Amino acid sequence: MPAPLPSIKIEPPAPANQPPADHPELITFENLSLFYGAAQALKNISFGIRERLVTAFIGPSGCGKSTLLRCLNRMNDLIDSVRITGTVRIGGEDIYAKDVDVIELRKHVGMVFQRSNPFPKSIYDNIAYALRLQGIKRRSELDDIVEKSLRSAALWDEVKDRLYASALGLSGGQQQRLCIARAIAIQPEILLMDEPASALDPIATARIEDLILDLKQQFTIVIVTHNMQQAARISDHTAFFYLGELIEYDTTTRIFTNPARKQTEDYVTGRFG
Amino acid sequence: MSTPRLTQAGARFRTGHFEPVSFFCTGLTGAATLLILAMLALILVNIAWHGAGGLSPRFMFGSADRDMFDVNKAGVGPMILGTAARVILMTIFVIPVGVTTAIYLTEYAQAGALTTRVIRAAVNNLAGVPSIVFGLFGLGFFISAIGGTLDNLLYAGNPQPVWGKPALIWASMTLAVMTLPVVIVATEESLRAIPVGLREASLALGATKLQTVLRIVLPQALPGILTGGILAVSRAAGEVAPILFTGAAYYMASLPRSLTDQFMDLAYHVFVLSTQSPDIEKSRPILYGTVVVLLLLTFALNLVAILIRARVRRSLRQLG
Repeated sequence: MPAPLPSIKIEPPAPANQPPADHPELITFENLSLFYGAAQALKNISFGIRERLVTAFIGPSGCGKSTLLRCLNRMNDLIDSVRITGTVRIGGEDIYAKDVDVIELRKHVGMVFQRSNPFPKSIYDNIAYALRLQGIKRRSELDDIVEKSLRSAALWDEVKDRLYASALGLSGGQQQRLCIARAIAIQPEILLMDEPASALDPIATARIEDLILDLKQQFTIVIVTHNMQQAARISDHTAFFYLGELIEYDTTTRIFTNPARKQTEDYVTGRFG
Repeated sequence: MSTPRLTQAGARFRTGHFEPVSFFCTGLTGAATLLILAMLALILVNIAWHGAGGLSPRFMFGSADRDMFDVNKAGVGPMILGTAARVILMTIFVIPVGVTTAIYLTEYAQAGALTTRVIRAAVNNLAGVPSIVFGLFGLGFFISAIGGTLDNLLYAGNPQPVWGKPALIWASMTLAVMTLPVVIVATEESLRAIPVGLREASLALGATKLQTVLRIVLPQALPGILTGGILAVSRAAGEVAPILFTGAAYYMASLPRSLTDQFMDLAYHVFVLSTQSPDIEKSRPILYGTVVVLLLLTFALNLVAILIRARVRRSLRQLG
């Protein structure tokens, strides 16, 4: 069994022109390229994501933003034809190194998917699932974490009277918040969100966005979104991708008000994409 | 001619045209369905008509008589027991092996890899092998090879073979090999129907592949696995050829007491009654009665599996 991933180390302070030092760089992509068979989906990506900020990946369909997100918890490992070159570091550790335990990595890097995918179990068991896998068996401890997670996901008040009812009976927005509760129950440091609100109505979307703003106090959040306004509302940094390349990466304010590249400006103003 | 616009005079939805092709196709498919229903009805009515009269508690549950062609002495109790035993044992053997294979094929094997394709082709070919070949395979492999080896190792000085002879366990195993493709295919289909999102959700939470399969995938696939079991039971209950050389007995004075005993069997008994009887007219009521009992037993075994499946489905829908 490979050694577990060490806990995240704090990196030296950021250079002067970068955001404040209490948001040190946590994730680093170095010349990352990814191939599906012969097709190249990511081309030489290099940039860094800072701790306890919301970083949005934007770009038209097929630009590789979801693929890049899935590099961070190595979900791409599930696809046989995927080949990766370059390095992805989390807290300085190369997560594609040979001795990395993927299972352990995924406990540090939680994920919420585009389509809410609660297990066909009770609300309680959805959250307790990963805890039980980690060997937490004591009922009182499980109860505590389930309640805490549901409260963090702003779902507790709606479901506290039916914790043992099927999760499939919840509305779409509630299901997605349950998936967020499930992901944060195991206390990851990083939370990946792959278009978490794209299947939801505006009210449910607003609740998810509020939740994301709350959660960034504790977690480093990386979110893929199709929705430009959403990126502008909730993210601190934005990375714009096009055809597998990182076109521009800056603070969200800069990307949306004064982008350096013409392509970025065209995309965020809705001229293409 | 252009279609009149709705606002124009003469626009009509109902033209009243007779569509000969559509009419013909409806008639043809309907007739084919009716034909099948009619054949099934014919078989069942015929058997029930001739067989119902012969059914008495003594016939159904009484012991077999050496003179099995005598209407007043015949009983099929031991055959019911034998058939039920071999079908239930077969299910116990085939489900674990079939389900494990299906899990390997869908969850672990690389989809396009050569080994996967070879395994899948082997499973499909296994489904196409005639049942008498399975009978011969059972005789050669289970009885001679495995049974013979066991006897050599465990009962070296024994003049009578203990394992190396036709027996309930070998007949059940032969049937299990025969029904393996049914279980594998049904299980594979039910595994494939489970959304990838559920597996991803589990893996993203730091579950191992094995934990994901055991705790998330398999419980969802249970109804499909049981469907495979039901199909296997239906297929195996009426088979004679695979048990011909591997366990079925023409006549036994006593019931089988262990897995290494031979057994009397309903389906094989139908074969015996229709080929060995000195007076086929006289023994016909017994023949029909035995067929009715065989059908009832098959339905009963299926019903048990269907009830279990309904229960599992209900509990999955409620909670899971």
